Amino acid sequence: MTKKCLMSWSTRLGAVTCLSAGLLLTGCGGKSGGNKQAAIQVKGSDTMVNLAGDWAMEYKKVNPAVEIEVSGGGSGVGIAALIKGTIDIADASRNMKPAEIEQAKKASGKEPKEFIVAYDALGIYVHKDNPINEISTEQIAEIYKEGGTITKWSDLGIKMPAGSDEIIRVSRQSSSGTYEFLREHVLKNKDFKLGSRDMNGSKEVVELVAGTIGAIGYSGMGYNEPGKVKMLKVSMKKGEPAIEPSVANTLNKSYPIARSLQVYTLGEPTGEVAKYINWTMTDAGQKIVEQSGYVPLAPELRKK
Amino acid sequence: MPVGAANRDPLEPEDIAMPVPAPQGSNGFSFAVRQATRPLWTVCGERLLTVLIYLCGISAIIFVLSIFIFVFTEAAPVLFGGKLKLSQFLFSTEWYPTSEVNVRYGVLAMIAGTFAVTGVAMVIAVPFGLGAAIYLSEFCGPKVKETLKIVIELLAAIPSVVWGFIGLTIMSRLIVYFTGAPVGVNVLNAGIIIALMSVPIIVSIGEDALKAVPDSYREAAIALGVTKWQLTWRVLLPASKNGLLAAVLLGVGRGVGETMAVLMATGHAVHIPHSPLDSVRTLTANIAAELGEAPADSDHYRVLFLTGVLLFVLTFIVNLAADLAIRGVKKQ
Repeated sequence: MTKKCLMSWSTRLGAVTCLSAGLLLTGCGGKSGGNKQAAIQVKGSDTMVNLAGDWAMEYKKVNPAVEIEVSGGGSGVGIAALIKGTIDIADASRNMKPAEIEQAKKASGKEPKEFIVAYDALGIYVHKDNPINEISTEQIAEIYKEGGTITKWSDLGIKMPAGSDEIIRVSRQSSSGTYEFLREHVLKNKDFKLGSRDMNGSKEVVELVAGTIGAIGYSGMGYNEPGKVKMLKVSMKKGEPAIEPSVANTLNKSYPIARSLQVYTLGEPTGEVAKYINWTMTDAGQKIVEQSGYVPLAPELRKK
Repeated sequence: MPVGAANRDPLEPEDIAMPVPAPQGSNGFSFAVRQATRPLWTVCGERLLTVLIYLCGISAIIFVLSIFIFVFTEAAPVLFGGKLKLSQFLFSTEWYPTSEVNVRYGVLAMIAGTFAVTGVAMVIAVPFGLGAAIYLSEFCGPKVKETLKIVIELLAAIPSVVWGFIGLTIMSRLIVYFTGAPVGVNVLNAGIIIALMSVPIIVSIGEDALKAVPDSYREAAIALGVTKWQLTWRVLLPASKNGLLAAVLLGVGRGVGETMAVLMATGHAVHIPHSPLDSVRTLTANIAAELGEAPADSDHYRVLFLTGVLLFVLTFIVNLAADLAIRGVKKQ
């Protein structure tokens, strides 16, 4: 009796397995056949991830047939993915390094192509109740670099409430383009001092600074939240006039730590990718840049 | 229905195998044996299923082994290539994987961070988890027990990134408010988060261990006139100590292996902690944050895989200890 049951059970199980396998096969076939929409994969800079997301949403209205998928992770992550060939466009808040260009050429045989799509005044953020208003790039370097001498707000001549004199350095993970930009242009390629709180995104930096009275952090100007954090005026050297991080000061290049934001493709872009990049550089695309809090391209650099 | 099953009803009488014993005569004369007359299809189907189930059974071993081999072979060139000293990797606190001037790979601060977070988590989770297990198993009524078990299982179902988010936004503010710490993302924050994540494991395994204590122990103790507390403390805890230890060690495993929540809640600072209010970085969080950008086959990439091997060894030791503890339970 038991044997009889077992056998019937096994044959039925077999039948179910066959059926479900068949269903799976037809299911997969159906999906790949019905996918006609063009998809553009965009990955990279956290500074630009909101901007890229806004572009993607707006572009959906311009060309509904194109699906644009945006993800962050850091400029380094985007460039690494572009070299591997898993994405179409890499967002980067820093320039591609010569070694990375070499790798891309070796892996794909194509030269990476750069498009500057916007500008950013890298903001130095502090808590809104911090009395400091301006800082020099030398002081930023002394705060952040390995062996730097400034560890307390009193070293900068700032009187903080009791117990919060220590400067809480908020930094970024090493895949961040912003991290590398600061290291190259402010720390002059020296290393960061260990022990900083390395956040995984631009927004996290601003969030942590907003919740921590003794903190200092850096992030793109698009993440400014007036009323929660304060962006400092930055001077080249102590004693020189400090410049406010504004659109005008970025365009006239007086703000010392302004930078370009760019996208990269492998080789000359074609088809929908080319159309999309071109659109981001038109007046319509540059309007989104302004709304995201970044600095748009000068009118003569825009595309039609 | 597939054809094979349609034209052959499995319940037909000839399907039933009736092996007739073949009595061997003392004179060496053997009787004719009636062969089993099962159709080929069912015999093959059964064989196939046996093989499939066997493969499922050993697949876990195959996966674990192949993952380990993969991680190890990715890490091997940097380990044996002479570029990195193992002692420097293990005992240096300087982690500069992308430095322009002097690349250094030292994970001591992250090992310390991992153990600090796990330690704080266990200090919080073990009393709560074991206490809840004892309450569920011995003290509460069936209705409360059902409700509590469902809620505790819900706690286990919260994704770790959500825990991380709670750590980053709510917990960090509470910690700053109550302790006066300069920054709220630190060992304590991650410890509390990991404790909340490992409590469900400790409760469910701990409760099973207490349930496994034979009722005769309880009956004997109650017959001697002990109070409920004496019964728990003097009889049940000693009798189930191996199972409870296993519960705790699996909780520790969760703490060592957790990534997303600690990435967000520790502050991710390379720094040997001196107090629970210091920020740290853990081994897992470091891999998660840096593997994406490390160019394939670069030293940085291989060192991150070496960190993976180190984690593998650490969690393997913890799980082995838990397994040995469970075996101890079975022997009793």
